[in-house]
Amino acid sequence: MGKLSFSRKSLGIPYALFLALFVVAPLVVLLYYGFTNGQGQFTLANLTGFFTNPNTLGTLCYSFAVSVTTTGACLLLAYPTAYILAKSKIRAKSVVLMIFIMPMWINFSLRITALKEILTLIEGNLAFYPFANAVIGMTYDFLPFMILPIYNTLVKLDESLLEAARDLGANETEAFFKVTLPLSVPGIVSGVAMVFLPAMTNYVVLDMLYNSTYIMGSLIGSYFAAYNWHGGSMIALILLAIICLFTLFTKGMEEENNPRGGALL
Amino acid sequence: MMKRNIGKLSAVILSTVLFWTMAAATGSAQADGADSQEVTLRICSWEEYIDLGGWDEEETIDLESGDIIGRNSMVEDFEKWYYETYGRKVKVEYSTFGTNEDLYNMLTLGDVYDLVCPSEYMIMKLMAEGRLTPLSEEFFDAEDENNYYIKGVSPYIRSVFEENEIAGEPWSRYAAGYMWGITGIVYNPELVKEQDASSWKILDDPSYRRQVTIKDNVRDSYFAAVGALKSDLLLSEEFRAQPDYKKRLEEEMNDTSPEMIAKVQEYLQDVKNNAYSFETDSGKADMVTGKVAANYQWSGDAVYTMDQADEDDFTLAFAVPQEATNIYFDGWVMLKSGVEGNDAKQHAAQAFINFTSRPDNVIRNMYYIGYTSVISGGEDGRIFEYADWCYGAGEDEEDVTEYDIAYFFTEEEDSEDYVITAPADQVNRQLSAQYPSREAIARSSIMVYFNEEQNEAINEMWISVRCFNLYDVPVWAWVAAAAVLGGIVVFAVRNVKRSR
Repeated sequence: MGKLSFSRKSLGIPYALFLALFVVAPLVVLLYYGFTNGQGQFTLANLTGFFTNPNTLGTLCYSFAVSVTTTGACLLLAYPTAYILAKSKIRAKSVVLMIFIMPMWINFSLRITALKEILTLIEGNLAFYPFANAVIGMTYDFLPFMILPIYNTLVKLDESLLEAARDLGANETEAFFKVTLPLSVPGIVSGVAMVFLPAMTNYVVLDMLYNSTYIMGSLIGSYFAAYNWHGGSMIALILLAIICLFTLFTKGMEEENNPRGGALL
Repeated sequence: MMKRNIGKLSAVILSTVLFWTMAAATGSAQADGADSQEVTLRICSWEEYIDLGGWDEEETIDLESGDIIGRNSMVEDFEKWYYETYGRKVKVEYSTFGTNEDLYNMLTLGDVYDLVCPSEYMIMKLMAEGRLTPLSEEFFDAEDENNYYIKGVSPYIRSVFEENEIAGEPWSRYAAGYMWGITGIVYNPELVKEQDASSWKILDDPSYRRQVTIKDNVRDSYFAAVGALKSDLLLSEEFRAQPDYKKRLEEEMNDTSPEMIAKVQEYLQDVKNNAYSFETDSGKADMVTGKVAANYQWSGDAVYTMDQADEDDFTLAFAVPQEATNIYFDGWVMLKSGVEGNDAKQHAAQAFINFTSRPDNVIRNMYYIGYTSVISGGEDGRIFEYADWCYGAGEDEEDVTEYDIAYFFTEEEDSEDYVITAPADQVNRQLSAQYPSREAIARSSIMVYFNEEQNEAINEMWISVRCFNLYDVPVWAWVAAAAVLGGIVVFAVRNVKRSR
């Protein structure tokens, strides 16, 4: 019962309060609204309503499509970048890495505004390619979140494993697919998790790039704007459930591939 | 150990909370008790909807009757004026909201304000729900020299506020107007024909594919869609010649029958596939930078857009659709939850309305935000003088036109005192947006407050328009999704087997 043990535990109190006030309490409110109707009675109508309405389901599909494409594009861009960077012999790796992260230091809406101008220059009229623009905008926005974890796993990869593979007769390509790639899966998984989920809901990018179709985030907003807090809350809960499922799934993948520890970010 | 600490902590928190509640309680008790105490007035209005002051000297509006300039913010000036006039101190807590719906949600969540400035339909909703405190009799006393609102409000606006009723009571009992306007199309005359911009049909006109923006809210979109769908009827001579044309027009424009809603949905789907985008705020900038050729706009923002373009020597114009235009009003209303039973507060709230209605302040606000005030000035001629100062033609200009806005400034039928001699092109530029012509007003319709059932139906329609329909997912996408899912399952199964 020294002085230290007292202060260390109570250090957690601010966070516990924060958690209770801003995470648990809103969640309770969300649950209440999600499972009640306008008269305050318990109902499952909001839940069944979501899964029987072709428009809400379609929006879920559309969000998935945007999100999957964005994640794929990020992965295609990020993996080679991270690989080259991790393998390169340049001394100032951290400087190069910083260049990739630097866009994150600029305000996000400013970046998208700049992107809007660039895309207008290239495409002429943005409005003809709403889906592509959404994907480009999100890829631009989320790319650093994909590069970082992949780079971190690759840079810590044990070089001797590759040497062993070559000793045993594997050529460069085989060594990559049989050693490097499987060992970098934890990095990929955490990168995917960090891109896929925000991409489902980040409707600001869509709005700013003039995609007039709702994704999950804007759908929730529109329910609240229409005073339908019950429907909006339910969609938020459904999204939460999807995110939980996804996290569980990726977590399983991670542990399977790297039993000694989770991702490195 | 932990428990004791939590106990200590909660004691601290509790005592702080208690202290503040007690302080607040005694504070408000004092405020209620004595006139000498400071009154706190909580105002909530639109963003950038009042003069915030800080003008450069060169921005001075040099009217013949004297210079007008906004040095301090309107709110600060009000606090000073109130003390000087009534000998009591008032402290204004000024906050803002983004949309009428946001304001309503804020009120529902328990935010308390004394004076708010929503649009007419939200005023009607608040009236119908009994949330408002009526304006007091003193407020309508034109003899009081400080009652600038009642002395200065435009006769046209006053009649609108008196004639429109909800639940048997006229708007004017609860609401004092602030700004008003109509909806129309801002367009680039080099790319769009005036005739095309003068119809709501431009929104789904394939010859302007992906070049027109539309407002991103259900009410504005609904109005435009109805205007386009009923175009033939609304333009027909017989319809216009009816003695109760105005009333019939309002009925047609506020048609929320299920058939109409279904048609609007279909129409807006087409618009979604044809327009540049639905926008809340970006349309102004996109118009000025030339990204779009035309843009559905509120008249106040239209003035702003054309002003901005003028600075770049880029000429834009404004057209009021021939079918009908949506006339809207933003007005001050007092909330029961804030002022009920607190006379000092209500007095300050009404004084604020009057202060912002004083002609020089009206001009400051109009200059600052670009919208048109409901105040015409009454016997004070400065507001018309300001309109003439803004839009009147220079003496050496030859191509001029006479623009009559007497309907707004006077009740006299044949007054010729309110004619602006303006450059000819102003007939479809800023002037026509700032003070719509008598013809535009003649085909204007308000959009009423929809009841819950109607609201639900049009909101559902709107969400459906904006959503991606499941039945629109192409077959190849289903196949691809199935292939990807299958791949993942196969991969997972193989992994599990291998690890065993």
